[in-house]
Amino acid sequence: MKEYLFLFRGGDGRTLQQSPEKWQAHMQKWMQWMGALGEKGQLVSAQPLNATGKQVTGSKKLVTDGPFMEGKEMVGGYLMCKADSYDAAVDIAKGCPILEFDDGVVEVREIQELKM
Amino acid sequence: MTQQGDHINRLTDHLFRHEAGKMVSVLTKIFGPENLETAEDVVQDTLLQAMQIWKLKGVPENPSAWLFRVAKNKAIDIIRRNKHSVQYDFNDSERALLKSEYTLAATMDSLWKEELVKDDLLRMMFACCHPGISQENQVTLILKTLCGFSTAEIAKTFLSSEDTVSKRLYRAKEFFREHKIRFELPPEAELKNRTGAVLNAIYLLFNEAYNSTHSEAVIRKDLMDEAMALCRLLTENRLTQLPETYALMALMCFHASRNASRLTDAGEIILLPRQDRSKWNTALIDEGNEYMNLAASGDQVSSYHIEAAIAYEHCSAESFDKTDWRKILGLYDWLCRVAPSPIAELNKAVAVMEVHGPAEALKALLEIPERNKMESFYLFHSLLGEVYYRLNNFDDAKKSLETAIRLTQSDAEKKILRNKLAVLLN
Repeated sequence: MKEYLFLFRGGDGRTLQQSPEKWQAHMQKWMQWMGALGEKGQLVSAQPLNATGKQVTGSKKLVTDGPFMEGKEMVGGYLMCKADSYDAAVDIAKGCPILEFDDGVVEVREIQELKM
Repeated sequence: MTQQGDHINRLTDHLFRHEAGKMVSVLTKIFGPENLETAEDVVQDTLLQAMQIWKLKGVPENPSAWLFRVAKNKAIDIIRRNKHSVQYDFNDSERALLKSEYTLAATMDSLWKEELVKDDLLRMMFACCHPGISQENQVTLILKTLCGFSTAEIAKTFLSSEDTVSKRLYRAKEFFREHKIRFELPPEAELKNRTGAVLNAIYLLFNEAYNSTHSEAVIRKDLMDEAMALCRLLTENRLTQLPETYALMALMCFHASRNASRLTDAGEIILLPRQDRSKWNTALIDEGNEYMNLAASGDQVSSYHIEAAIAYEHCSAESFDKTDWRKILGLYDWLCRVAPSPIAELNKAVAVMEVHGPAEALKALLEIPERNKMESFYLFHSLLGEVYYRLNNFDDAKKSLETAIRLTQSDAEKKILRNKLAVLLN
């Protein structure tokens, strides 16, 4: 099995949070999706990210605030999982509740084994 | 303290005892038995917070739900702080979801669901009665974790020091830490034996409450209620509803039905012949009968079956004089064969006295196997005193009663024995 990183973009849940029932129902789906992965032993870790940020750039280690990009372009969370192939990983990604939002995006990236 | 404060203390004492066991069980499911200490700390913090806030703002409409919510939030804090700590193992699939913020809240909600709590209590009982933990430590652990008793109350109940109780609890928790006990019901093949251990612990708890005269009436009542509630849980689960489970439940119902007539308001013991039978709780006797019927399946007779049958004979007798002592003696004969014990032999001697008279009772008492074990047991001497008295052997009666007084630590028992002695000396 290989390891994959899912990067979540868009799918801003803040409007949903205004209704506790809708929010709970939505988070319930995350639990089911990740729970199924966990049961198969494929879940490694997952966390949402705050909308704030810092960037440290170049050899001068220049520190700037934020990604400051438009909400839907910003990475809002990640998930690491194990899957047999890109196809299998994409199949997993299709179940992600962030895709309930039209602007929700799951970027699927394979972990690279660096040449020794 | 203000009146409001007093009211809250009374309410919380009882409520806390009852809810503490549930909360500890759910938290142990979350943190693992190896972190029982953490579970207990969370419950303690929750109860303290409830006391402080309720005193100011009054008791909330649904106090149990309030406690659960606060405990749940405290648990979430602990998980957030410790999700990478080696002390906690969040590797199984359900608990792994506690490590992600995406799923933490929803998973916690599902773990605290009211309908799951009963199963958690059951699993907790089996964890406390693990064969690797000594019997007295099992009972101590149940009292502390499931019945919400303080170390001081346990010490008082068992006439031991708080230090001893703390050491026992420490050892039991140490066992959980060293051996990774899973928080689950034992496999089907072990279930019968392991249930037997749980029943035995409940039986000991109940007996302690029923027979102890040194603890306060309120505590005894709470303890009896808790023991019965735990056993009732076992009767409700398909896997643990064995005939002996029902039999123990029946036994406790019959005994508990006589509760109101056994002690005076001042806490003095009223002996069976003088008990006001109109005070016996008929609803509990009926309940006991129902459990007796349920217990009458399978082909094995446990000591609980026989003891329940004996208790039933007492409950169903219209008066002390109408008690069917022959039947009771027959049951004690049986009990002494199935589960020989000094207590059973002693009780049998009482039945012998009622059926065959004091001379035969004396013979029975002196012929008890391993009688040397009885020498330090006050009830043996107290009964011996009674037998000698009825045989008009006042010298030996006096000696036996004096020995009994010396051996018992209970003031109520001492008082009864002194009264007997006074009658004798007149």
